[in-house]
Amino acid sequence: MEFLSYLISGISLGSVYAIIALGYTMVYGIAKMLNFAHGDIIMIGGYVSFCAMFYLGLPNIVAVLLAVIVCTVLGVVIERLAYKPLRSAPSLAVLITAIGVSYFLQNSALLIWKAAARVYPPVVEGSMQLFGGKLTVSYVSLLTIAACVVIMIGLTTFVNKSKMGKAMRACSEDKAAAQLMGINVNATISATFAIGSALAAIAGVLLCSFNTSLMPTTGSMPGIKAFTAAVFGGIGSIPGAFLGGLLLGIIEAMAKAYISTNLANSIVFAVLIVVLLVKPAGLLGKSVTEKV
Amino acid sequence: MTQKMNKFNSLKKTTKVDFATYLGVIVVFIITTILQNNGSLKRSAIGLLVPICCYMSMAVSLNLTVGILGELSLGHAGFMSVGAFSGIVASQSLMGAIPNAPVRLAISMVVGAIFAAIVGLLIGTPVLRLQGDYLAIVTLAFGEIIKELINCLIIGYDENGLHFIFNPAGNKTVDDLGLSASGTAIIKGAQGATGTATIATFTAGFILVMITLIVVLNLTRSRAGRAIMAIRDNRIAAQAIGLNLTKYKLMAFVTSAALAGAAGALYGLNYSSLQATKFNFNLSILILVFVVLGGLGNIWGSLIAAAALTILPEALRQFADFRMLIYAIVLIFVMLATNNPQVKAFFQKLLPHHRASAEKED
Repeated sequence: MEFLSYLISGISLGSVYAIIALGYTMVYGIAKMLNFAHGDIIMIGGYVSFCAMFYLGLPNIVAVLLAVIVCTVLGVVIERLAYKPLRSAPSLAVLITAIGVSYFLQNSALLIWKAAARVYPPVVEGSMQLFGGKLTVSYVSLLTIAACVVIMIGLTTFVNKSKMGKAMRACSEDKAAAQLMGINVNATISATFAIGSALAAIAGVLLCSFNTSLMPTTGSMPGIKAFTAAVFGGIGSIPGAFLGGLLLGIIEAMAKAYISTNLANSIVFAVLIVVLLVKPAGLLGKSVTEKV
Repeated sequence: MTQKMNKFNSLKKTTKVDFATYLGVIVVFIITTILQNNGSLKRSAIGLLVPICCYMSMAVSLNLTVGILGELSLGHAGFMSVGAFSGIVASQSLMGAIPNAPVRLAISMVVGAIFAAIVGLLIGTPVLRLQGDYLAIVTLAFGEIIKELINCLIIGYDENGLHFIFNPAGNKTVDDLGLSASGTAIIKGAQGATGTATIATFTAGFILVMITLIVVLNLTRSRAGRAIMAIRDNRIAAQAIGLNLTKYKLMAFVTSAALAGAAGALYGLNYSSLQATKFNFNLSILILVFVVLGGLGNIWGSLIAAAALTILPEALRQFADFRMLIYAIVLIFVMLATNNPQVKAFFQKLLPHHRASAEKED
């Protein structure tokens, strides 16, 4: 029974990682950049929903929607101002800019909301008892898992069936060719950032509900772990990000419960390294044969 | 005199740049020492001297991996951490045997370099087969693993030698080491190393920077260095002409790790108290920022960027809370400006003789 409760907490943490990783992987697939600011958009989403609930007194669902809107706009604005001028620049320059954006968001949050951690009450209260009270599952866990599954199915359908999704796939394969076929590449990239940031906002609300705390650095470690999850599952692949996130969450919860709290992150990263050495393109990634 | 000038002119351009770099570092060292001695430097500025030397050396050594070898590493702070803590253990446990501080410092830095090189070899052998972002994420992972492992270490020293405890559960303390009455604890798990004798000096920092420069520049200009750059520019072509990829990649990676270890040892011995969490992902990123801003493969660029970006947050201290915000904005603007085609064209007009090299970089 103990094992089952650790498993559920692992799956629900993994679902949060998976939602973040989906955003990471979509942006990487199309813009071919590691968006280090993604983790900080999560944190902004957390703060916006927090403020909406406590200072404005809005209902939880409206607060979440507000966070999604703010983050979507923020994501698109960041892309326009910081990343778009660097479309043809070397990838390291884009990486450093993303780090600069990440510092900018963290320090803005530090100025606006101060460094002290806030207590973030779960967006959905309460829990249910299973097996005659032996197993307690909070509604937030269930909501997180459900949200993750819905998002993953929705995204897969969107990318595979819709016109915009087709444009995204075309851009990720070859931007120049996509442009020649009449696809608006800039609009497609903006749309990708919008979707990624909206997912980050949802992940922010769920992550803060899971940890019940919020501070300006809340997003950075989950951001790194979600990036790890995206690589773990094969970066650029949507089912891969989902699988990678879930596995990462479960491994982390199990390592914390049965091996050592202090070494939980090390164990997660060690598993990642072993997977990459055995399958260098990640679990579901396609290994691209190099042309000479 | 004219004969000497002719000899100088006949030197290769790269050799001239290298000598200019050495000379620049020596001149800056002399000026700084004079300023320090006649008391025109503020205390806060003097406190920055050793860290700046460490960061310079870190930046140059990371440039070897990122700029010369062309592989993105996000775990450079991990090697610094290994060097720092092994250097602290060496220095503290040799305190009785070698009372002379400069000699002990030198030995500690060598120990730090050796340990970091061993870790670099262990990590590099399996990992350098990966490429691009995958290599980046694995080095990041190693940096985090090293941080957590050192956080679990308890090390003490008494007349019977060193005592180790590996403490993953977090339930052991210094008392479990079983030290004799005269023994001291050196590393105390999550508390880190405390009570370290701070024997680092600016002169040692200068020597470290010079050694780093000599090693990196000579490696770059050697046959092995040309092989490393060939691998960066075209891996397949390099392999086709018979270069041993693993050998040269490892050579660059391990050298870079060893230099980072020596810098870490100096850094560790500059503070009486140091935690492993100091060497986190953000520090690796900070050093990468030095390298990219200074220019990939550009050694003196790394030196200047490391010094300028360490001084900048301190110089902005009067803006208190806003300083890291300003730092972030400066970082974004510099990256946007240096990659702006119009700005690039402007600089090329300004410096026509640089046109050839600037075009090659693109």
